[in-house]
Parts: sequence; C-alpha cells; structure tokens
Amino acid sequence: MGGPSVPEIQGFVTESLGRRGRAPEHLLQHLIGVQHRFGWVPPAAVESLAAQLDVTRTQVRAAIAFYAFLHDRPRGDFDILFSDNITDRMLGNQRLLALLAEQLGMGPDETRADGRVTLGLTSCTGMCDQGPALLINGRAVTALTPQRVDRIADLVGQGVALDHWPGEYFRVEDNLRRRGLLLSNPVTDGAGLRKLVDLGVEPALADLDRSGLRGRGGAGFTTALKWKFCREAPEGDRYVVCNADEGEPGTFKDRVLLTSYADLVLEGMTICAAVVGARRGFIYLRGEYAYLLPHLESVLARRRAEGLLGESILGKAGFDFEVAVHLGAGAYICGEETALIESLEGRRGVTRKRAPYPVIAGYKDRPTVVNNVETFLAAARIVQWGGYWFRGEGTDQSAGSKILSVSGDCARPGIYEYPFGTPVHRVLTDCGAERTQALQISGASGTTLTPADFDRIIAFEDLSTAGSFMIFDQSRDMFDMVQNFAAFFAHESCGFCTPCRVGGSLLHNLVEKVAAGQASEHDLGELRQIGAVMRRATYCGLGSSAPNHILNTLDKFPDIYRRRLRSAEYTPSFDLDGALAQARAIAGRDDARAHIPDTPPQPPEAAV
Amino acid sequence: MPEKVRVATASLCGCFGCHMSLLDIDERILQLVELVSFDRTPLTDIKTIGECDLGLIEGGVANAENVEVLREFRHHCKLLVAVGACAVNGGVPTMRNQFSLKACLDESYVSGVGIHNPGIPKDPEIPLLLNRVHPIHEVVKVDYFIPGCPPSADTLWTFLTELLAGQPIAFPYTQIHYD
Repeated sequence: MGGPSVPEIQGFVTESLGRRGRAPEHLLQHLIGVQHRFGWVPPAAVESLAAQLDVTRTQVRAAIAFYAFLHDRPRGDFDILFSDNITDRMLGNQRLLALLAEQLGMGPDETRADGRVTLGLTSCTGMCDQGPALLINGRAVTALTPQRVDRIADLVGQGVALDHWPGEYFRVEDNLRRRGLLLSNPVTDGAGLRKLVDLGVEPALADLDRSGLRGRGGAGFTTALKWKFCREAPEGDRYVVCNADEGEPGTFKDRVLLTSYADLVLEGMTICAAVVGARRGFIYLRGEYAYLLPHLESVLARRRAEGLLGESILGKAGFDFEVAVHLGAGAYICGEETALIESLEGRRGVTRKRAPYPVIAGYKDRPTVVNNVETFLAAARIVQWGGYWFRGEGTDQSAGSKILSVSGDCARPGIYEYPFGTPVHRVLTDCGAERTQALQISGASGTTLTPADFDRIIAFEDLSTAGSFMIFDQSRDMFDMVQNFAAFFAHESCGFCTPCRVGGSLLHNLVEKVAAGQASEHDLGELRQIGAVMRRATYCGLGSSAPNHILNTLDKFPDIYRRRLRSAEYTPSFDLDGALAQARAIAGRDDARAHIPDTPPQPPEAAV
Repeated sequence: MPEKVRVATASLCGCFGCHMSLLDIDERILQLVELVSFDRTPLTDIKTIGECDLGLIEGGVANAENVEVLREFRHHCKLLVAVGACAVNGGVPTMRNQFSLKACLDESYVSGVGIHNPGIPKDPEIPLLLNRVHPIHEVVKVDYFIPGCPPSADTLWTFLTELLAGQPIAFPYTQIHYD
C-alpha cells in the first residue's frame, strides 16, 4: 500500500493551516484533520505543525498521546471502535465485537496484518438508546445486530468505501419520547433575539434572573449570575462557549438538541453574547458527534444569511457575534469546563485550578461563559417567553424542566423531558421499565439508586442530575456496572493528579481482583479507604466522583461483592505460585520447593 | 515488671539499609532494649521466629523464600510493619519488572560482561525468583507503612517509642519529607 509521501502530508498541513488558522490554539483541530485524512498523524505532520504553529514537537506529541482518537502509528483503513458503555454491554456489544473479529480473522483489539482494519473499544459514544454502537473512521453506526455485523465484515473485506455503505447504518434516531416545556416546540424565527434587540439587554437579563434557571450540566450554578459576572468583568474580549462534550456515560440529550434544536441553542448563545458583550463563541463538540459537524455548519451558514449571526445581527450596528465549532477527540475530562478551555486552546485537556473561574479568566484568560447545550436552549426560550413562563414548572429551588437521557432495561429508551419535582418512579413507568433493580442517575460519576429511592424527586434539592438514567432490571448483575465504570475512570483520568491517576488504577485493580474471585474483606475496606481519599484529595471533579459507583454499591448492593469473596481475612493480590512459573521453566524444576502452597499458615486464633 | 514487647525483623529483597538506619538510633538502643526483646532478627542471628508482638519487614518480595519468610512473620506477629521504600512499594528491585525474568537471568548469568562458565543456576537450594518484584502488602496484610529510603533513625525511633507508649503515631514533618 505504501503510506502517504512527505510532500503529500506537508501539502495537506499547508492547506489545513490556510483553512483553519495558524495560531497555536488551532493545533488540535489540525491534528484531527490530519488524523481524519491519513488515519494517523505521521511524523512529517508533527514536524510541519510544530514548525508552522510555533509550538514544540513535545506539545504536538503530548496532544496526540492524550486524545484517544489521535494516533502516532497507522490504524487500519477501517478503524472500528465499539462503544463500551455498560448499556452497550447489556445489549451484547462484546459478543458482536468477538463475532466481527472472528469474521475478519483477527483479535478484538489490534490492527490486522494487512492494514485493512483495526478493531478496539472506546468509551460511551452517546448512542445508548440505540446501541450497541460503534464508530468507524469516526462515523457512528448504531443498532448493531449479528446480521449487521456480518454485512460490515463483508463490506470491510471487499474494501467498500464508507460513502457506499447502506445509509441506514449511519442513521441516528432522536427517539424523542416526551416533550415538555422546552422540547414541545422546536420552531424559532429568532423571536427571542428580536425581543432582545428591541428592548435591550437589561430586560432579558431580568427575565433570566426571574426564571431561576440553573446550569444543566450538573453543577447547577445560577445562569443569570454567571452571565452577570461575565458582563461586569473589566473591558476587553469575552467569549461564549457551548459545552457539547457530553462524555458522561449514558448521556445523549445534547446530541438530540444539536440535531433538532440547533437553532434554539445558537439563539441562546447569541443572546448570551449580547448580554456579556462577547463577539466570539465556540461549540465544543465531542469527537464522537463529528457526524453532526456538516449539519451544524449549515445551520450556522443559514443563520448568517438570515442576519441572526455574524456582523450587525438583526441590523443592529455593533452587535457582532461569530460561532466556530471545535471538535474534541475522545477525552471524557474535556467535559469539565476548564479542561474544555485548555482543549479549545489546542492543548491536552488537563483541568485548571478554580478560582479563578472561567467567567473571570477562561478562554485565553478572558472572561468566558461556559454553559451546557440545554442551558442555552432554555435561555433562548426564557428571553422569548419570559421568566415567569419558565418558573411555572418545577420546584422552589429548581425552576423549569429537565431533559433526561433514558437507556438500559426499558421498553422505550430515549429522550424524556419532565418538570423538576417529578418522582423517579414516574419516569420508570413512562419508559416501560419493569422489575427494576437499580437506576444509575447522572452517569458513571452519579448515584446508584435502589427501589427504596424511587419516590425521590428530580430536583437540585433532592436528586441532582445531568440527565442520564441507566436502568438495570433484576436479571442484571450490578457488579458488571462496577467493573465497567472502574475501567472507564482508570482510562479517562487525565493523569495530572496522583489521587486520581493512581487511585483510579488501584480501584480498578481491586475491582478486577473481586471479579476474579480472589478478594477478601480486607480488599473491600481498601476500596472504601481509597475511595474516601479520592473524594477529598483529587484536583477536579472527575477524580472526586470516580469512586461514587463503588462506594454506592458497597452500601446498597453489598452482596455483589460478598458473594465473590474468597476469604474473610486477606488474600494476596496476585497468584503466588503462578508467579514462579517462568522461573520453574527456566530452571527446569518442579520440586516441592519450586512451588508456593496456596494456604499460608493459619493465624493462631483460627487454630483454637 | 511487665513482660517486654517481643520484636522480630527481617530483610527480604532489600539492601539492609533500613536495618542500618535502625542501628543509627545509636545509644538509644539501650533505652529500646529496656522496652523490647528481640526475637528472630539479623541483629540476634536467631533463625526461627516465635510468637511476637511486632514484626518489622525491610525489602520487597522477589522470590519464593521471601514469600515464606513474610508469611511466617504475618503468622507470628500481632502487628506487621512495612519499613522503607522496598517493603512499601517494591523500591529499586522493581526496576527489573520492566524486563522478563528470562532477560534478567540471561543478562546476569549468560550474556553479560565478564561472565565465566555461563549458565543460569538451577540448584534446588536456591529459591526461585518471582516473575516480578512486589511490595509486601500484595502478599500479606500489613498494619503500618513507614516510607523512606531508608526511614531515618529518628523516624524509626518516633515510630517505635510512640507505638510502644500506645500513642497514635505522629511524625514531625522533618522526619517524613525527603527532598
């Protein structure tokens, strides 16, 4: 086959520099372009980008090493990554991956010798309501079945280009099951924006304040306050960022909002720009949703043509706002707002210390509003229809509605919008969940609920959630979830702080020890202790919430651990006798002293 | 007079530096032996361990004999302490963990510089090496961990005197920082 020639690579980089820009913060976008074009980032591209963007080679390599979708060695012509969230596993993704590997005559985590295809796993791709799913050269394929996998094996075998694959493979459904306050009407003619231009910024901000809107990404900070802080910051540039990284396993509402409500989201961003005085904004779109890029670009272009974006918006001199879509490249941590900003600036997504918060010093150290997709959508409607309209639903501390991503064991997975204050059991009934054993809300970093919790309500004052509802019925072993999440957090730690980098791996190892039936009560104590340290000592929220699933299930589902324990006391963390195997083979020995007996001497108490 | 606390010590895959550091308490060893009596330890040259209150382990676990000794200590000691970097983390000997055991033995006994009569020893008297070197808590339950390479004499002194006095163990900052 022969790889791309150096002039070809340099030519592409030059073209990319012309198109995307030559500032150091464009590095990540160039790398994504190179990866997409060549299937990897060849050394010539590293050299060329380092020289022309005036960044060090090490910075370029660090970015490649950090982002899961960038590679420093060639991948197969077809680069296939199966989504490996627990919901994908519940739908049989492991079996389908094994099937595909078998048909392609290769292992489940390698590149085939002829370079035609690479197989592997990736974190949740946000298709939990229509899984199992995979990414092939960055494009999402949903609703996998053995038949579909058969056909994919054929297409790969014949080397059919993706553009000639059946279109239905790439179809992503909205699965909008329940529309409430925000979703009942996707239509906008820019009314909110017009009202803002007619009446001025102050009434819009007053409505937002009156509405009581709080951020929908999970933390629940009051939106009006955030925008006010940014508005009152000292003179100079400011920015508006829409966080569409949506990496939390089990969450997929933002995908639907950007698919079918993109105009409203952009209207919310534009209103925000007017309020805070920003002239530039970004949508940070997770790499898994790269297929939405053409759609978003076309919405942006239409809004420019309609005078809703660009210079002198709605004819108002000085109201200028431009939005660029930045892609992520497979890093859960980039959903954290400071890591997201680092990534926007082209670097590895390592979190920054807060304070200062982004609203004081964010993108390029300038005041920056970072809000969730759903928050901007709500803001647009609030400015259009008023704060009281929004307050009409919800509870004292949680105004309006919440959009939920429902997946797992239920008849109708998809998107549901409810007023805040709705009890959990109502959601479970509506989606057709039966014999529910447990519910994981707010994703892998969230809370595990048992039926005893199902009367609790969705609200910041009770069950605060970023919107993910993963349902487990009584046929499930909850330990599968623990194993899945422990591996997820060990993989997704950015590596910056020790409690998360090391703690996450220790938890993962201990969970695997439990899974192997080798653990003891002592190990369960270790899980609790390490989890408690991580909650207190990590640098950012990823690490402090990483042990939640373990600590929750240790309390609520102790039996999933207990029944796997080998001893009540202590068990070694590795197979002692097995660890002598190499030495036995080298020395050709098999005498008694060449083995370590399984049971150590019993403690004196036990002998009594 | 109450019975003295019985203490045993062992060096597994270590350099004896932690034992040397213990001896660096100098004349305070006279106060120590007022409080403790030594059981199996390289300091007494007693080879078998009896029932003890406290076991101090230097070094990580690299071979079958280390496992055996460590298990005996756990079996006979009420409290077991990992003393120093090798016991706590595996330490310098874990540098071999990034190579296969075969590669390590070949380098030492077959292909290395200055080897006469090459060949990997196979005598049954010689304990077999584990595939990797491990910290001791991966083989037995450990009650206390004292970091340091080695922990200073003062650190060990603080640990022993406060433990023997039945106090919660608190080190002054100077005794546990290493830069």
